[in-house]
Amino acid sequence: MTPLGWIAVGLLGGAAAAARFLIDAAIHARYSAPFPLGIFAVNIAGALALGLVAGAALHGQALIIVAGGGIGSFTTFSTWILDSHRLGQAGLARIAWLNIGVSLVVGFAAVAFGHWLGGAL
Amino acid sequence: MRLSQLDRRRLLAIYLGGVAGALLRVGLAQAAPVGPGGWPWATFAVNMAGALLLGYFFALFRDHPDESLHHPFLGTGICGTLTTFSTMQLELFELVDGGRLGLAAGYCAATLALGYLCVRAGIDLERRQGVAR
Repeated sequence: MTPLGWIAVGLLGGAAAAARFLIDAAIHARYSAPFPLGIFAVNIAGALALGLVAGAALHGQALIIVAGGGIGSFTTFSTWILDSHRLGQAGLARIAWLNIGVSLVVGFAAVAFGHWLGGAL
Repeated sequence: MRLSQLDRRRLLAIYLGGVAGALLRVGLAQAAPVGPGGWPWATFAVNMAGALLLGYFFALFRDHPDESLHHPFLGTGICGTLTTFSTMQLELFELVDGGRLGLAAGYCAATLALGYLCVRAGIDLERRQGVAR
């Protein structure tokens, strides 16, 4: 990785984090369900995009910047798990489990579909 | 989109945290690359570390005022960006695609179980520190 490549990772990572926050906030403002729809949407979109990029065989520094710096930064694991913990604490165990299960299943389907689509391009 | 001054400061805090989180994650991934069919150590490590830290920060800043930038920077910014969902999904896919079903199932289960335990441990750690203060 060149120094410029690392700069790109950092700058893109920050932007991806901000985008994650804004999208989550926008979705939460529209749909006030206890299910963490905002993070779900962000994570699924990211899984789809990452599958696409991998399936299209992006490689080298470009892959690291886009996949690691961009998409990897956009999606989040910690917030996803904390959300389920908080739902459990609030007595919403079913939604806590749904958050995990549905995200996993749909996320895997998204990355698989994206990968197929990327390979077909 | 009109942003208040607080919104802008919050976004900047998230952005800066994101820069740090991204560099840490990608840096570790590049320093310790994993071959195909291997346990995704780099992603696993950052996801566990980020879960632990987020649990801690969540508890620590729970009573902070709305204008506080601590959680945006450390929580949403660093932890949210240090950890990743998409990379984990791609790794699962590649393991499954490569016929490593057992490893995929193990990686998935370990990530979820230990990730959850890390969040709880982070929260408990903060509570214990609070009691000691």
